[in-house]
Amino acid sequence: MLSRVANSIYWMSRYLERAENVARFIEVNVNLTLDLGEGPGEQWGPLVAITGDWDAFTKRYAQPTRDRVQRFLIFDLDNPNSIASCLRNARENARTTRESLPAEFWEELNKFYHIIRGTDPDSVSEQPHELLELIKNSRQLLLGIIDSSMSRGEAWHFAQMGQLLERADKTSRILDVKYFILLPSVSDIGSPLDLIQWSALLKSASAFQMYHRSRGRITPKQVVDFLVLDRHFPRSMRFCLNHAEASLSAITGVPVGSGQTPAEKQLSNLGSQFDFTYVDDIIEEGLHEFIDRFQTRLNLVDDAIFETFFAIRPLVGTAAAADHG
Amino acid sequence: MSAPASSRENVWDGARLFPPGASMSLDSYQGDGFYDEMFEADGTPRPRARLLAQRLESMPIGDLQRRQKAADRTLLNMGITFSVYGHSAGTEKVWPFDVIPRIVEAEDWRYIERGLRQRITALNLFIDDVYHDGKILRDGVVPRELVHNAACFLEPCAGLNPPNGVWCHIVGTDLVRNGDGRFYVLEDNLRCPSGVSYVIENREVMKRTFPQVFAGLRILPVEDYPERLLEMLQHVAPPTNGPPTVVVLTPGIYNSAYFEHSFLAQRMGVELVEGSDLVVHEGFVCMRTTSGLQRVDVIYRRIDDTFLDPRTFRPDSALGVPGLMDVYRAGRVALANAPGTGVADDKAVYAYVPQIVRYYLGEDIILENVPTHVCWDPKQCDHVIANIDQLVVKPTNESGGYGIMIGPKASAEERAQCVAAIRANPRNYIAQPMLALSRVPTIVEDHLEGRHVDLRPYILYGKELFVLPGGLTRVALRKGSLVVNSSQGGGSKDSWVLTE
Repeated sequence: MLSRVANSIYWMSRYLERAENVARFIEVNVNLTLDLGEGPGEQWGPLVAITGDWDAFTKRYAQPTRDRVQRFLIFDLDNPNSIASCLRNARENARTTRESLPAEFWEELNKFYHIIRGTDPDSVSEQPHELLELIKNSRQLLLGIIDSSMSRGEAWHFAQMGQLLERADKTSRILDVKYFILLPSVSDIGSPLDLIQWSALLKSASAFQMYHRSRGRITPKQVVDFLVLDRHFPRSMRFCLNHAEASLSAITGVPVGSGQTPAEKQLSNLGSQFDFTYVDDIIEEGLHEFIDRFQTRLNLVDDAIFETFFAIRPLVGTAAAADHG
Repeated sequence: MSAPASSRENVWDGARLFPPGASMSLDSYQGDGFYDEMFEADGTPRPRARLLAQRLESMPIGDLQRRQKAADRTLLNMGITFSVYGHSAGTEKVWPFDVIPRIVEAEDWRYIERGLRQRITALNLFIDDVYHDGKILRDGVVPRELVHNAACFLEPCAGLNPPNGVWCHIVGTDLVRNGDGRFYVLEDNLRCPSGVSYVIENREVMKRTFPQVFAGLRILPVEDYPERLLEMLQHVAPPTNGPPTVVVLTPGIYNSAYFEHSFLAQRMGVELVEGSDLVVHEGFVCMRTTSGLQRVDVIYRRIDDTFLDPRTFRPDSALGVPGLMDVYRAGRVALANAPGTGVADDKAVYAYVPQIVRYYLGEDIILENVPTHVCWDPKQCDHVIANIDQLVVKPTNESGGYGIMIGPKASAEERAQCVAAIRANPRNYIAQPMLALSRVPTIVEDHLEGRHVDLRPYILYGKELFVLPGGLTRVALRKGSLVVNSSQGGGSKDSWVLTE
């Protein structure tokens, strides 16, 4: 397929996954607020911190209040990682690749975009549930269309790869919330409050139920193990890496682990590292440090994919000079 | 027309009020002396529109508006938008669509189709002749000077031999029905006519939002156009080992017709490429793919001739592919349409189409021209200037409705400017009488009013000629306006060709 199209589909997929996950981040906090009661205990700063956009936020909004953080993460078009920005970017990428995507997909994405654009931020400030539900549902619908009506060709694999790498990154950030959300004191570790926080985390990764079925009671170590290393849960970081690698191998036609392109080498490298990591190692290193390192490695994978498939080409200017009305 | 008395009493004087539960009334619809596609002069529905009129009348008030709103929403969701030049990048608009269809009777359509076949066959022979021996010029049927100084006459195309001698593969002829009820050709559009995607999408939107109006009518389908287009494009391919690779070449996302480029690529299942996706490599045109370069055999190009290849034409073009014309000349890639077809699109050359048809085919023209004064001819030029307040003046090499001066509606200053422009460059202008374009009922707020329309059928010329039944009906939405172009307040309608 065309390199330009592959690039656009990869990014479209990443942006959609990102939009969904930002909605999930917000949900963790809303859940926590509900569980713990509103008031000074509400912590909205961590949410901004985990997206990596803390500086951009404080420059324009100063103190992180609920309303400001939600505005910044959902509607702010000057924040390139807000849900609105992600949808805009996903749509622009989809628009230049419409011929490669199922027609219903484009139509649903378009609806999704117009709904968010047409929503008044003031109307959701206190009640974001409905909008967050809608965002997740719209995203599920898009995934369903892709799953049921797109051939498993190159385009699909590029979309998969984008989605899975983005998801691995975002699951790591959901885990990182726990690092930033402060417990009142060290003695609260393992307290009901602590457990509530871990549960909220699982819920926001849609992992609550699957976790319980496979791990039983909630312990921090098991939650980390489940979200980082589980082989079967589709939002765990390892699952995402393994499946991204499978798609990459389908694209190059070379079995997993034996490819020689920069993309294959980097991804295989990162994936195999997970095979030799145990949850105790992670706890020992420090969860936050482990996540930080992982995110840096993931950026290298992304660079390598770009180098391997999309290459650098001169940009073309705008084009008003053709075609007759 | 039969309408419930209750609504008759409320017929309007400025704002119309309907009693609750009343049906739609067509009684107050005014013909205003124009040819109306739906109604006779006395207000009774034409035979072809009887069923539709009955249905509209039986609809509860407000229902039609609801359908219209549903259609608007569908268009937005389908992302059927065009970008507007002069606005910031990313400004999109839905092209207005009116749910009242325009109906073409079978008999009229047979006549139109015959006329189009004749006209395009002759124009294709003309283009081929002009770039070879120029017999028609030698015989003085069309003035050589007029052809050679046409802005779209391309010297580098002389001697080229596109496969099967077909130059204009895709044509979108603009037709109008004048006050006398006859169809005339307004423009031939042999370069990159756009709009066919709207023909297909309009029909889809109609079926989704207004299905009941289709019942009982036999309407010729338009959905097979992309299939026919692909067939034609594959037919003109140079010899290949396997099935030929077809692509659509677009100037990019900021082009006003980008939606259509992507739509056609999608429906044909081929790649949509930009100039920078293509490269000439070892004598062939190739596209850059994730697994290296892949040969391209046919390019349905939606960029202008002079942007195709910076080495042959405009050196500043960033849209084209350097070296493309060399590959084309060597017969290793096909271009649709062939470069150079624009020469037959020049509005001064247009004036000679009746002679062109007679010269090549020995026949009288079926679909007539609008009477046209060519300012290049000093006598005709004097006539135009003397009657400037009654004529419509058009630049010979523009499309999209740009640069048109409508004498009877223009101010004295605009007319004077136009005269000065004609004097400065007479070759660049033609003039035509003002036409009384036919009208079709169109939804205006809560009722129907007549609005002027044209009709652009689409014709494919590959192995044989194919005329898509119907075409694009463009409608001037502004009251009294005669300009149907999307860039100037035009919208569109579904066009129905009935079978007997």
